[in-house]
Order: sequence, then structure tokens, then C-alpha cells
Amino acid sequence: MNKKKERIIKYLFTMLAFASLAFLVGIVLVLFKEALPIFTKVSPKDFLLGQSWYPTAEPAEFGILPLILASLLVTLGALVICVPLGVGSALYLHELAGPRQRAVLKPVIEILASVPSIVYGFFGMAILAPMLQNSFNLPIGLCALTTSIILGVMATPTVASIAEDALSYVPRSFREASFAVGADRWQTLTKVIIPAAGSGISTAIILGMSRAIGETMTVLMVAGGSAVIPSSIFDPVRPMTAAIAAEMGEASVGSDHYNALFAIALILFLITFVFNIAAELISRRFRLKLGLSR
Amino acid sequence: MHNIDYEKQMGTENFHPSLVKGPVGVNMNSMGEADVFGPEAKISARNVNFYYGTKRALNNISISFSPRRVTAIIGPSGCGKSTFIRLINRMHELVPGTHFEGEILIDGLDILSPACDAAELRKRVGMVFQKPNPFPKSVFENVAYGPEVNGVTDRNLIEEKVVDSLKKAALWDEIKDRLKDSALGLSGGQQQRLCIARCLAVSPEVILFDEPCASLDPISTARIEELILKLKKDYTIVIVTHNMQQAARVSDQTAFFLMGDLIETGRTDRIFKAPRDKRTEDYITGRFG
Repeated sequence: MNKKKERIIKYLFTMLAFASLAFLVGIVLVLFKEALPIFTKVSPKDFLLGQSWYPTAEPAEFGILPLILASLLVTLGALVICVPLGVGSALYLHELAGPRQRAVLKPVIEILASVPSIVYGFFGMAILAPMLQNSFNLPIGLCALTTSIILGVMATPTVASIAEDALSYVPRSFREASFAVGADRWQTLTKVIIPAAGSGISTAIILGMSRAIGETMTVLMVAGGSAVIPSSIFDPVRPMTAAIAAEMGEASVGSDHYNALFAIALILFLITFVFNIAAELISRRFRLKLGLSR
Repeated sequence: MHNIDYEKQMGTENFHPSLVKGPVGVNMNSMGEADVFGPEAKISARNVNFYYGTKRALNNISISFSPRRVTAIIGPSGCGKSTFIRLINRMHELVPGTHFEGEILIDGLDILSPACDAAELRKRVGMVFQKPNPFPKSVFENVAYGPEVNGVTDRNLIEEKVVDSLKKAALWDEIKDRLKDSALGLSGGQQQRLCIARCLAVSPEVILFDEPCASLDPISTARIEELILKLKKDYTIVIVTHNMQQAARVSDQTAFFLMGDLIETGRTDRIFKAPRDKRTEDYITGRFG
């Protein structure tokens, strides 16, 4: 009886554990199934490198290069904001903040991560966009720059909190060893602690990038929506996520447009997949380097 | 030639002259027994108290260490022996919420005084820790780290220092072909000797060993002990150890700590053959601890 109960429990937990794997496989299968038909109409090369996205025109054109470039541009812009902010906060929290400051700052940074993206989008639309429009004299405030800033702020808590973890994993003995040969705090930080935490910090940055490139609601609200290859950071853009979200409602099921949107989703999935694998590999090397897995 | 420049760069005598106290007398321990090994003590602690928050970890410790001798500090866990040697190179400053009273003189200068620069002090007083703690860098970079952070930029000079230190730490023959490999790939015993080399590379005068063999096997332990005996020709050595046989093997002078008090100190052979305090006797005969 008891043995039977144990077996049932074991199977139950095995099933639960494999559920995420099932979801992942299901999602990938659906993405492929719905995306592949478009490549019978447009070659993968024309799809990826085509410069015009006119999915509803007659004849329709499915070139997603403007969308890919838009995504990359705003993600790069976001990095410029979130790397200094995130890594800087992590270093401050780890090295300079006293226990009292930490007790306030850490939760605050984590709350920043829990603000719903629509609120960020709203803030970008109503406050940041008009502000930038006025100060740079732009025809429209909803542009790549606004999007980058908002995405950068959104990704900051991810970067800060993972980078701070990476710093705190560096054994205290490294710090002692460094001080013991006469190094000061700054030398210890730059020559021992940051290099030792380096791959952990890279992981933090990659995951921040993942966060930025996959973000949808905010970019839909503030990016401006123009599917044209951007010529500057002040142009309105249409990143991949925004295109899917905006157009899925109007594309009839099974149409070329519908399949093309799935193909965009597939490419987005592959990009974030690569980011995450890279982050995982780097952080594994990080643990090895610090001797944590031994 | 290089060596002379090096000594200048390392600034071994950067202590403020006003800190010089009067001549230090013979090494008197708390029992009033004179254990004189050299003309003068290298290190003298006078009435040192130490607190973690409000908890008192050291009670009125006064003890002297002779130059070019090995002093072992023995005692059960939590007796304050590690706390005490960490004061000698001010590693206690890395732990927030501690304070001390009293003074520790090295060559007559109070190293606990705020006027004494901690980084300068740590160049003169090196430390080897309980667990080998090489940096996740190459063997070469580990040893070069000390000279580099102390402002030596001449690559030849650094290389010379690295080779010299590895030789002194009895590690050169084993790893001379692996200088570019990660230090974390070395065995535990090799890592500990690498840490000793890293410490030697800044030309200290005193080396503090905080249970250096606690995580090593007997063969590695024997090599470290051999090395300590070799190093005492040039350095003043203080070693904290749990292992009484180790204290008996390597040290000239032994101090016994118990619950923050210095119970007894004297020549090692005398302490082990004829301890004067009952508690010392109980400890070394294995009745507790």
C-alpha cells in the first residue's frame, strides 16, 4: 500500500517537473507549424533581408529587416541605459551601501521590476515622449530614443539584481587575500572582485537584453510604429514584438500575413533562446571559475 | 640592482617617526618568565582587548614575538587565536562592528594607531589563510598581484619577483611549466604554497599563518611545515594551529590561548614538557579542546 502511494507520488512529481518541458516543446511546434507556410511564398532570405513590410498591400510584401533592425536598435539603446545603471547600482549595493541603505535600496530596485509594463508604456507616452519632443524639436516624440530609455529603465532591475548576486558569490577569501598583500579597496574591486564576477555580470547583461528585446506592451505604446529602416535614434520604429501585437488581431487565420507574424515570433524566440543559452553557459563557467560547483 | 629599486618602490619603511616608542625590552610573558630568543622583540602586543560588538573576544593580551623565530598560538576553537593574529595585520578592519584597546608594536611602532597606513602595514606583515585562496587567475598573475597593486610596473622586475617567490615557496620546480595555467587547477597543497609565494612577493618581514594546513592532507601538511622551517631564517613567523604536534614540530615559542585569555607562553619544548598552568597541561594532554 505504502509502496503504491510512493509510486503515485513519484509519478505525479515527475509529470509536474516535465510539464514545463511539454509547454516549451508545444510552443516551438506551434511556432514552426504556423510559421513555415510563409516560406513557401517568400524565401527565407527575402523574408529576413527584405526591406519593405507591407503585409496588407496588393501584392503584399513580407520583408522584416526594418522590424529586426528596430528591435536591435531599441535593445542596444536600452543597454546603453541599463548597463551603467544596473551594474553601477550592483557595485554600489555590494561595495559601498551600508546595511541600512541596502535594506531600502534592494527592495526598491525589486519593486521597479514589478511595475507592470503598461505603466512604463503609459509613462513613456504621456510624459517622456512630449518631453523629448520638445527638447530635441522632434516631429514626433514616440521614437526609438523614447523606447530605449523606457526599456533601459525596465531592464535595470534585472541587471542590477543578477549582477549583485554575482558579486556576492565572490568568496570573501579573495577580498582578504587581496587586502593582505597591501591592495586598497578600489584595487581589490577592479582587479579581483569584478574580474571574478565578470561572467556573472555578463550573464546579467544578457538577461537584461533578453528582457528588453522581448518586451511588447511598452514598445507598442511608445515606439511610434513605423515599419521603415530607422536612419537615426529619433525615428519612430516598429520592433518585432510591436508588429506582432499590433497586427495579429487583423490578420485572418491561415493567411500569409498570419503565417508571417508567426515567423517573426519564431525568429524572436530563436534570438532570446540564444541569449538565454549564452547566459547559462557563461554563468556555468562562472561557477566553475569560483570553484562553487566543486 | 633591481632588488634595490624594488625595495625602494615597495616602501618598506614608511612609518611615521613620531610613532616610535621607546626601546622594547626582553620578551616577558604574563607569568613573568623571560623567554629571550633575540636581542629585541619584533612584535609586542601590550594589553590588547578586542570586541565583536559588545562581546569581548580578547582579554588584556600582552605577548612578544622574536624576530626570525616561529611562534605557535594554540588553543581550542573560539579561544581568540585567529582574532589575535588578524589584529597584527589589521585584517579585523574588514569586519564591521569591531573595536579594540591596547597597542601592538612592530619594531617599536604602534601598528594599530590610525596614523599607521593599513596597506603599508600589510606589505610588511603578510598572511596565509586557513583555506588556500588563490585568485581565479593564472599562477603567474597570482604571485604578480602583490607587486602590481603596490605600483611595480617594470615587467622584468615583476617576473623576477614571481620566479624568486615561487622558488622560496618550494613550488617552482613543480609548476615552472604551468605559470599560465589557472591557479585553481593546482592541488590543495600547491595552492597553499602558491598563496605563500603570493605573500612573499611583496617582501614582508612578518608572515602570519592562520591554520594553514587545516584543509590539507598529511603529505601537503609536511611540505608546508618544512617550508615554514626554511622561511624562519628570513622572516618572523606566527602560526595559529589546532594541531599540537604541528606546534611542537615547527615552533620555537608557543602561546596557549583559552577563551580570550593568554594562559601561558614560553619556549615550545618547555611548554610541552613542563607546562606551568594546569589548563595548559589539560589542553596539551588532550583532556579538552
